[in-house]
Amino acid sequence: MSLFCIGISHHTAKVETRERYALRRSEEALRAGSGCAEALILPTCNRVEVYGAADSTIGTGEIVRCLAESETIEDAGAFYRYEGEDCVRHLFRVVSGLDSMVIGETEILGQAKKAYENARASGNAGPLLHRLFQRAFRAAKQVRSRTEITRGAVSVGSVAVELAVKIFGDLRERKVLLLGAGETSERTARALSSRGVTDIRVTNRSHERAETLAAVVRGHAVPFGEWANQCAEIDILISSTSADEPLLTPGILSPLLRERLDRPLFIIDIAVPRDVAPEVNEMDGVYLYDIDSLQSIAAQSLALRRQQITAGEEIIAEHVSAFRARYGQLGEAAKYPPGSAGFDEATLRASEL
Amino acid sequence: MDRQLLIASTLCFFTALVRTLLATRDGISLHGRFNFFAIGLGFLFQTAFLTIRGHALGRCPLTNLFEVFVFLAWSVALIYLLIGPAYRLSLMGAFTAPLVFALQTFALAAPIDVAHHSRLPANPWLEFHASISMIAYGAFALACVAGVMYLVQERQLKTHQIHSIFYRLPPLTNLFAAITRLLWLGFALYTAGLISGFFTGGPLPRLKMVCAFAVWLFYGAILQGRHLRWFAPKRVAALCILAFSAAVSVLWAINFVSQTRPV
Repeated sequence: MSLFCIGISHHTAKVETRERYALRRSEEALRAGSGCAEALILPTCNRVEVYGAADSTIGTGEIVRCLAESETIEDAGAFYRYEGEDCVRHLFRVVSGLDSMVIGETEILGQAKKAYENARASGNAGPLLHRLFQRAFRAAKQVRSRTEITRGAVSVGSVAVELAVKIFGDLRERKVLLLGAGETSERTARALSSRGVTDIRVTNRSHERAETLAAVVRGHAVPFGEWANQCAEIDILISSTSADEPLLTPGILSPLLRERLDRPLFIIDIAVPRDVAPEVNEMDGVYLYDIDSLQSIAAQSLALRRQQITAGEEIIAEHVSAFRARYGQLGEAAKYPPGSAGFDEATLRASEL
Repeated sequence: MDRQLLIASTLCFFTALVRTLLATRDGISLHGRFNFFAIGLGFLFQTAFLTIRGHALGRCPLTNLFEVFVFLAWSVALIYLLIGPAYRLSLMGAFTAPLVFALQTFALAAPIDVAHHSRLPANPWLEFHASISMIAYGAFALACVAGVMYLVQERQLKTHQIHSIFYRLPPLTNLFAAITRLLWLGFALYTAGLISGFFTGGPLPRLKMVCAFAVWLFYGAILQGRHLRWFAPKRVAALCILAFSAAVSVLWAINFVSQTRPV
């Protein structure tokens, strides 16, 4: 029995093509339509892949037709196919985040586990796919723990959250002020909220707009005239007004800092032109980041992740070799059909996930 | 035999140091556990060395500068093993190992292991005074280490130059909390050491007393400044480094002077 993978991803097709195959197909239907002994569909926002095991070669067209639920195939060229050891390596790379659009992202591991659990529960993943995926999860875990592939945030919002965590540690007791009601500041506030921040204050020249955004981020609106006084209380300031001149200068901040000498102030200035004078960053305990510095850190993180790809590939190569050594022609495990003594529920313990 | 134990201990700290440097160079994840166990093993060898030396001397092994440095290194490792994991400052091991390694390498390399015949008989108060003061120095040393970590992290945050170590260092507020606690711990132990010095029964050497009070006042001033919020956290971190450098210099000077002429 041999392993294969047929799929479409962000590397080979645009979203309008991928979305035609993104609807979840039944693995039973796929097995019935193609004649696979085992099948598992891995659908994510960036890929749809079918992992299968069969005694005879199954054509790519058959799988694509089953996925499209159509006899005519328009996008056959967008699909790729890996067999045997290449299929094993591809899965290990995918689950480890090496093949992701954002290298090192960790969501894919959860999606793969969910896809595997569905296929296992429905009886479509047999012994070969079971062992393949268990090995893939181990490989992914090692790639994460032994390399820096997941280090660093790669979006403006997540960089801001990461910096906040590096300054304050626990964010639950922190107070945040949104100065201006821009879209990026809303996203950043949501990201902070997801890390436990509950005290979010919103101020804007239009109080009505401030109240609307406060409702969205589950905070409360404060009058615009009070924003400077709020700086004595808050820990994080996210500024995104459309002011022509800097609103916050060392002259305004200096007397407020005396009241908060041992509490850092993290300022995220995502306005263009900037709302906060750059000299503010020179003040003790104040950490000022504008949009360029946040984007630069995101780019640094991405570069750091790219540097880790080689180390990740080495770990994956070890696991591919181990898998090949253990399962010979990558099909030996399948000599125990589902339901036999060699392949029962105990073997496929969900706890192994 | 006892020096071999100390060499083995030094090698353990050297291993932790090399491992940290290699991990940093290769950009791979550094497991705090490795450093913790390397330092733990080094600590066991140190303890064995001090025990053997103590039995041979029939007193606490603080009779010459060599033993003072080893005891100080032992105190640093002890405080790290006690507080490092508790405060989730596992990376502190990466900073502690070089300090302990440097102290022990200096002790082994310098010709300072000179047999010193004590003029005084074994005195429990004197030994308590000396050992508790050394453990206080261990706490001050780790406050200094945490101060270095704070300044490294603060510098990266200020300059926006985020390096690999940024992700491994603890948050600023956690580091500052650790600095404050270590300062209080060291100050309390040092105060106990100073007070116990008055119960030793012997004549109190003036130079030692002046130096010891100067160190006590320095740390007291840092804590007072911290308490009254005169100093920003960055300044407290810098003062911890300065104070420990001064304290070690004073410690060395006191021992050097007391071995060359009576004080």
